[in-house]
Amino acid sequence: MSAKAYGTSSLPLEYQSEQSRMNILGFWIFLGAEIVLFATLFGVYGVLYERYAGGPTHQDIIMIREVMIQTMLLLTSSFTCGVAIHEMRRGSLKGLLTWLVITLLLGAGFLYMEINEFMHYVHEGATMQTSAFLSSFFVLLGTHGLHVTFGILWAIMVIIQLLQRGLTPVTARKTFIIGLYWHFLDVVWIFIFTFVYLKGMVS
Amino acid sequence: MGIKWDEFFITGDPLILGSQIAIVLTMLGIVAGLTYLKRWKWLWREWLTTVDHKRIGIMYIISAVLMFFRGGMDGLLMKAQTSRPEMEFLTAQHYNEIFTTHGVIMILFMAMPFLIGLMNVVIPLQIGARDVAFPQLNALSFWLFFSGAMLFNVSFVIGGSPDAGWTSYFPLAGKEFSPGIGNNYYAVALQIAGIGTLLSGINFVVTILKMRTKGMTLMRMPMFSWTTLVTSIIIVAAFPIFTVALGLMTFDRLYGTHFFTLSGGGLDMLWANLFWLWGHPEVYIVALPAFGIFSEVIATFSRKSLFGYKSMVVSIVGIALLSMLVWVHHFYTMGAGAAVNSVFSITTMLIAVPTGVKMFNWLFTMRHGRIRTTTAMLWALAFVPCFVIGGVTGVMLAMGAADYQYHNTLFLVAHFHYVLIPGVVFAVFAGLYYWWPKMFGFLLNERLGKWHFWLFVIGFNVTFMPMFFLGLKGAVRRSYTFSVESGFSNLFLVSALGSVILAAGFAVFCYNIYWSLRHADRNITGDPWHARTLEWATASPVQPYNFAKLPVVDKLDAFWHMKKSDSPELTLQQTEIEEIHMPNNSGLPFVMGIIFGIAGFLLVFEWHLAAAVAAIGIFACLIVRSFDYNDGYHIHKAEVEQTEQAWRLREGEVNRYVG
Ligand code: HEM
Ligand SMILES: [Cu+2]
Repeated sequence: MSAKAYGTSSLPLEYQSEQSRMNILGFWIFLGAEIVLFATLFGVYGVLYERYAGGPTHQDIIMIREVMIQTMLLLTSSFTCGVAIHEMRRGSLKGLLTWLVITLLLGAGFLYMEINEFMHYVHEGATMQTSAFLSSFFVLLGTHGLHVTFGILWAIMVIIQLLQRGLTPVTARKTFIIGLYWHFLDVVWIFIFTFVYLKGMVS
Repeated sequence: MGIKWDEFFITGDPLILGSQIAIVLTMLGIVAGLTYLKRWKWLWREWLTTVDHKRIGIMYIISAVLMFFRGGMDGLLMKAQTSRPEMEFLTAQHYNEIFTTHGVIMILFMAMPFLIGLMNVVIPLQIGARDVAFPQLNALSFWLFFSGAMLFNVSFVIGGSPDAGWTSYFPLAGKEFSPGIGNNYYAVALQIAGIGTLLSGINFVVTILKMRTKGMTLMRMPMFSWTTLVTSIIIVAAFPIFTVALGLMTFDRLYGTHFFTLSGGGLDMLWANLFWLWGHPEVYIVALPAFGIFSEVIATFSRKSLFGYKSMVVSIVGIALLSMLVWVHHFYTMGAGAAVNSVFSITTMLIAVPTGVKMFNWLFTMRHGRIRTTTAMLWALAFVPCFVIGGVTGVMLAMGAADYQYHNTLFLVAHFHYVLIPGVVFAVFAGLYYWWPKMFGFLLNERLGKWHFWLFVIGFNVTFMPMFFLGLKGAVRRSYTFSVESGFSNLFLVSALGSVILAAGFAVFCYNIYWSLRHADRNITGDPWHARTLEWATASPVQPYNFAKLPVVDKLDAFWHMKKSDSPELTLQQTEIEEIHMPNNSGLPFVMGIIFGIAGFLLVFEWHLAAAVAAIGIFACLIVRSFDYNDGYHIHKAEVEQTEQAWRLREGEVNRYVG
């Protein structure tokens, strides 16, 4: 419950009410849970990644060029997301919105490429049902992809609210939180890129 | 899909037919009753849409008691089936289903919600707050749990129950060996309830970290708050593992992946590892809050502050850390080798150390205390020896080499019932008798409480003590019958008789609730037990805003010292009254619970498209929530003043009368 109203003005907008501070802390804890979730998926992948069951191996399917582009898109989007929050801190709604939209476009580009990549694999006969390796591969990547999808939809809702209400302590907090989420997905991707793709290419 | 419509409703078994009729009649009865008493509006406004932590807590507790009844019936049916050799009461398949639902319901839908219910009622009060950090999320947690529990419970009348044990080990739980939809219920219903639990965990961590009243440092927190904090952290750390495990199970069963299958390179023991990576911490998720309850009860009724507060805190944290490092002890027989088994034997035995510290702390708290043997305290007293039996047999099981003998026998079943029943069930009973007046404004009857206590404790020991010996003689668990030649008959019979006494205890408990509802004295003070912590510093039952002015604390057992020193914290000046901000009720959590339930049900039956359509509803709710800028309302000064005057006046009168 927000006992104290917006008062302590030396803090950034998103930290000004007690409720906002609690929401942000709660979200950090939620991200902690997300880390455990992805760690478990990585663990499963780590156990199953060489169990090809006679099906395709990493080298048979991975399209490293496409994956490189995906990585660039997502890393850039994390940067633009950072710029967006910076603009918000400066109090520029227009800057915030611009960079946020760029971020989402980059995210959508990533998603588009990932879906294409998956379709390609499936055409090659590498499906989730083929082998334990592919099951864990698709579920790990798919979970990340779903998170990105969800993040985009969620950010659109926040953008609408920004347009409706402008920058208030509440919309600032919502924007800040989606920013945290977006960076988190980026970090997960770095792990995927390293441990799934790069490692798969050299093994 | 492969659903056979003629198998949609389970038919042919008189027991199940009886339950189906009973369920339909009960539902009709409830609907008719609500309509007749014109209580629909009331139900919606006061309960289904509430975001008040106390009411949410009460709803958790009511559900947990109902689930205890269901799980207990399962237990009794099993005991009836094994009361005589070659008994023909339940078939093997039915027995399988029943031990599975019994285990799942007792742990996930009885023990956990009971404790989370008590936490909900007590924690904000105990830390001097007006609610939890996220009241509406809290309601969502409850409705997700409820929806998961209901989904799981319909399995035995619609579609068939899961039958692969509460651990649902692969490959048995996979599609190849369990082609029916029973195990889909396991995967989906637990997922829904699990999300609710995870959200509760986050909520309580933030509540306890951020909303403690002025002066209440972490080291001045009551022990139940401490255990709740640590438990919530374990929930956040462990439940996502279960989320993943259940998700992968769903994929294997519904979409033909190969995580745990025998074909396609899957690894069945991967499931066992993931399950227990969550499952062992889960044991502490239910045990730690229970320890917290005993700490409160023992301190209050020994009229001393808790002995060794700091070492208690260190032990809790130690137990929490160790709980993540012991999971392999559930399958020493997997064949991981001597080195691995030794490591896990040692970590497991290490847990006995902090647990032992806690035991001695409780004993030393009682030492030289002026003990009052209220019903709540009796549960705490019985807990000590019973739990020690559970703990010592646990150390026996912890030894990897020896475990090859005990594994999969009733010795293990006796062990974990000796841990879970004293550790959790005694605790929730103690907590219920203790905090009941806080929730409802009257005490449960102490005389009936003692009957409840003695029958239950004696019944419990008579039921489960023989199981140790049965197990040592070689009786395996999860076996629906045994032969005359085995020589097990007498012990099994004693055990079955014990369970009847146990059930009688539970019946007295239910009667006690009924009796107290009708006849108990309503004139009690906010502090009927002369307790030590802040939840007793306000009215019973508690007013919606908990505290008119948030108490300021300067030491442990703050309320006790306030009483001793006649502190001004206990009185309220006119000038101190201010408007109080409250969150609004919301129907959204309830609606989301229903949609989750429907989507889950469709998924269980593998109607993927329909399930996906239902799931869109979930997103719609999330969007509605995102656009909801409703900021709550304020309770006006005049109203606060009135409420405060009413209970403080009565308090004074009761005190004068008693004095
Ligand atoms: C109240 C009276 C209770 C009775 C009469 C009872 C009885 C039983 C029996 C007969 C079994 C199966 C033994 C076998 O054939 O393997 C069993 C299993 C089990 N019980 Fe209980 N029990 C009770 C309470 C509890 C409680 C309070 C909990 C947990 C909080 C619990 C958790 C379990 C679990 C997890 C299993 C294992 C299920 C499985 O094998 O998958 N029980 N119980
Ligand atoms: Cu364990």
